[in-house]
Amino acid sequence: MNQSQFRGTFRPYVSPRDPCPPILEKTFVLPPQLFTNFQKPGLPQNSPEEALKQGSLWPQFVDGFYREEGIS
Amino acid sequence: MWVYEKKLLYPVEVTTCNPMLAKYLMEQYGGADGELAAALRYMNQRYTVPDKVIGVLTDISTEEFSHLEMLATMIYKLTKDATPEQLEKAGLGAHFVNHGHSLFYENAGGVPFTATYIQSKGDPIADLYEDIAAEEKARATYQWLIDISDDPGVSDALRFLRERENIHSLRFRESVEILKEERDRKKIF
Repeated sequence: MNQSQFRGTFRPYVSPRDPCPPILEKTFVLPPQLFTNFQKPGLPQNSPEEALKQGSLWPQFVDGFYREEGIS
Repeated sequence: MWVYEKKLLYPVEVTTCNPMLAKYLMEQYGGADGELAAALRYMNQRYTVPDKVIGVLTDISTEEFSHLEMLATMIYKLTKDATPEQLEKAGLGAHFVNHGHSLFYENAGGVPFTATYIQSKGDPIADLYEDIAAEEKARATYQWLIDISDDPGVSDALRFLRERENIHSLRFRESVEILKEERDRKKIF
């Protein structure tokens, strides 16, 4: 699963007086459905077991989300 | 009419007694962008949207109820054997006084559910755009829950639920495209 294609970044203003250690680059989610207005027929499908595990029959619409990404 | 299947949409495994996590999960149970709000919103809007997209609202509303059931299971398991002291420590003291060990439709801050969380405008595009926004907000809520959850079983179920919001959002976007096609069709005649 390539998550990076479904993530954006921006660099917020950093003040020398920021009370918490500043995060120089913030990441946010650009979920797969943003790039598909209408699903095309015949997309590659997950196996039934994998579809249940991932929450989608089509791997194309799975971007996953993990605490380890450190988005928040 | 509905047919009930006596099993969860996705297996919910809870490994810890963690009333604090249960309190946070209540945001998706009885919160503004939660599963109850979603289910009730779509179930009501479906009567006045164009015929071609009624089924999308019915199907997604039905699925949201199955998500609500998963959340109820998680919250119940995380709190069922907690002592009043443990609940109080987790910030659920007021909840315990009012509801005992039972669940209630409240958000993570203890604010009870209200119909003002949802809308039905009777304008197909206004309603579908509200639905897309609701799905994206629910997705974001799941992200922050995943970030704060320290129970791997709960996190796994939350990841499943988050992905379903992606798909629902896509289906509502497709519904908008279907309605846009109506205009192009008129041009042919």
